[in-house]
Formats: sequence, C-alpha cells, structure tokens
Amino acid sequence: MTLTITDLACRRGQITVLRGVSLSVAAGEALVLRGPNGAGKTTLLRTLAGLTPPIAGTVDPDICAYAAHADGLKGQLTVAENLTFWASIFGTADIAPAVAAFDLAPLLHRRAADLSAGQKRRTSLARLPLTGRKVWLLDEPTVSLDAANVALFGRAVAAHLGTGGSAILATHIDLGLPDVRTLDILQFAARHAAPVTDDPFAEALE
Amino acid sequence: MIALLARDLRLAIRAGGGFGLGLAFFLILATLVPLGVGPDATLLRPIGPGILWLGALLACLLSLDRIFALDLEDGSLDLLATAPIPLEGVATIKALTHWITTGLPLTVAAPALSLLLFLPTSALPWLVVSLLIGTPALSWLGTFGAALTVGLKRGSLLLSLLVLPLYIPTLVFGAEVVRRGGDGLSVATPLALLAAITLGCVAVLPFATAAALRINLR
Repeated sequence: MTLTITDLACRRGQITVLRGVSLSVAAGEALVLRGPNGAGKTTLLRTLAGLTPPIAGTVDPDICAYAAHADGLKGQLTVAENLTFWASIFGTADIAPAVAAFDLAPLLHRRAADLSAGQKRRTSLARLPLTGRKVWLLDEPTVSLDAANVALFGRAVAAHLGTGGSAILATHIDLGLPDVRTLDILQFAARHAAPVTDDPFAEALE
Repeated sequence: MIALLARDLRLAIRAGGGFGLGLAFFLILATLVPLGVGPDATLLRPIGPGILWLGALLACLLSLDRIFALDLEDGSLDLLATAPIPLEGVATIKALTHWITTGLPLTVAAPALSLLLFLPTSALPWLVVSLLIGTPALSWLGTFGAALTVGLKRGSLLLSLLVLPLYIPTLVFGAEVVRRGGDGLSVATPLALLAAITLGCVAVLPFATAAALRINLR
C-alpha cells in the first residue's frame, strides 16, 4: 500500500501554509517531516487526516489513522473502556495486542484522569493499532514519553511497518526505526501567505 | 454508533457527567413558581402548562454547551471526525444522548410536578405526551446550536441566544396541547404540529450539525 500525494495545497485558518506538496510513502516505510515550528507539519498532517479540506489536490483519509497533540481520552473512563470504545468504533474485536504492545496491562482498570501525562500518551497511542488503518499520521507522538517508552513506541511503529503499514511523523526524536526517510517541508512553504478565498457554504456541502 | 451512545451515556452517569442537572433545575423551577406566585389554584392552573414547558426548555438549554465542547477539549472530536462513522451519525447520537439524559427524565418527572401547579388530572396524559413528542426537537435543535458554537470562547451564551428563538414553535404548541387537554378540547392540531416540528428536526438537523462541525474543526 503506497500513499502518494501530488501537488497538495494546505491551509490553516485563512492562510495558505503549504503549496505543491508531493510525497509518497510505500508499505513498510516511515517518513519524518522536518521543519521549524510553524512550518506547517501539523497543518499537513491534519489535511492528510481529512480534518482540513485541502485547497488543491486530493487526500485519502480513509486509510489514515491520526494521532494529534491532544490525547483524546475520557478521564472518567478507565483505560480499558477508552480503548474498547475506539476498538468498537473502528470495528476491531480485540484490544489485547495493543495493550501488550504499549505495556498497558497494569493500568487497564485505572481511570484515565488518574494517569500521568506519559501514561495518557501511551494509552492514546495504543489507539493506533486498533484502527486497523495502514498509514499512521503521528504529530509529535513522543511528547511526555520517557526514554524507555520512546523505545517502546519505536518498537510498536516498527511492528506496524513490518506488517506492511507506513507512517508519517512530525517528530524531532530518533525512534530507531529501520527504514526512515526525511522530508523537509520548508521547501513547500507558500512564500506569500495569501488569504484563502473563503466560501464556507460550498465547503459544507462538499 | 451504538458504542458511541453507550460511551456517552456512561460518561453522563459518571461523576461530573451532568446527568440529572437539567432534571434538578426543572424540579427547582417548578417548586419555586408556586412559592413566588402564591399557592392559589385559580392563578396557577392557567399558567401551569406554560411554566412546565418553559422549565423543560430552560432545563434542556443547561447541558447543551457540553455536547461537543468536552469532546473538542480533549481531542476526541478530531478523532471521531476521522473515524469510519459519518459525522451525521455522530450528530444524531449526540442529540439522542442529550434527549435520553435530559428530555426523557423531564417527561417522567413532569406529572408529579404538575400537582404543585394545580394542573387538572385530565391534562396529565397530554403533558406526558406533549413532552415525549416535543422534547426531541429541543435536543436536536440544541445539538445543532452546539455544533455552530463549538470552539468559541464563552460560546454558551451565544448558544442560548441562537437556540432559544428556535424553541418558540415547540414551546407554543407543546403548552397548547396541555392547555387544550386540560380543558377537554381536541388536541389534534397542536399535537400534529408539535410532532411535525420534531420529525423535521430529527430528519434535517443532523446534516446541518455535521456541516457546522466540519467547518469548526478545520
């Protein structure tokens, strides 16, 4: 499964941030997005995930699983309840492999509100294998993870790549992945950040 | 979608979920009116249907801003939008959850409260029927308003201003059903209009809600 994007233009709010983005990720491959803060890494990932409609070009959100800055956990629910919910939304029967991969077994019956930031992060990332989707879009996935858990997460991503999946990451940390390419997204920066001609009604009807 | 309904209902009954908030407000309002106006049957009887419907309306309004705001805050709204269930389905489930946690308890509690307002017993069945048929429109309209204002700071005030005018037809026909039922008149016309409003809202508004969410998530 290869994700190929050609000539994509992305927006954030009223501003065109990226233009002419072309990239491709093959099965088993990871692509790391590089660029300073504000370069548009998050914008690109949100566009690929289908949250922000692109100005030009097409994306295929149905093969992508998106992990954002926010953890997306419900504090009043336990770790097991949170994961079971996402598993049933995505039609996955069993949360056990994801629990094992992210070493969550001791935390399963703790309320998510009582977890540490790193434990929340791990629980949030355990959602990714439950989606059953091929392309993982990861936005700073290692924030608040310690070195041991970064390695744990690196192994989970490597396992995903090993089963023919792929990943696009915005990260500054080396995850120790076998097959990594980097892409400097500054080359796609829209030089004169022009306001987008806005027609919310047309967009809503799309 | 069933999973989403189960999760939201479970969240509502857990600590801080807000289940029963609207119901408690409704109870207090219906108790305060006789205290304020005086326990005079000739005074309370004609305004009873209006008070109960107004109470139901305001009780519904209380919990509207939580419908999407909590999911937006913790990031799960983004994740739901990228999930394989359509956003229209999410909107429907959210409205249904709101109705089950607000409209339904109000309907059940209303007959007991109507005694405080000296409502004639002949009006009680119509009170329950009108609330049962009318309150879904309140939840579906409110969910649409919540989607429009999600992500706005202090959006809940704007939400009330947006949604309350839309509640007027339901209020008018709902109270009219109870009044006519109490007087022994035919309730067919207001009841049919009440049902029409609810059915229209349930059919159309999920699409508008999903469109509003898409724009606000961008």
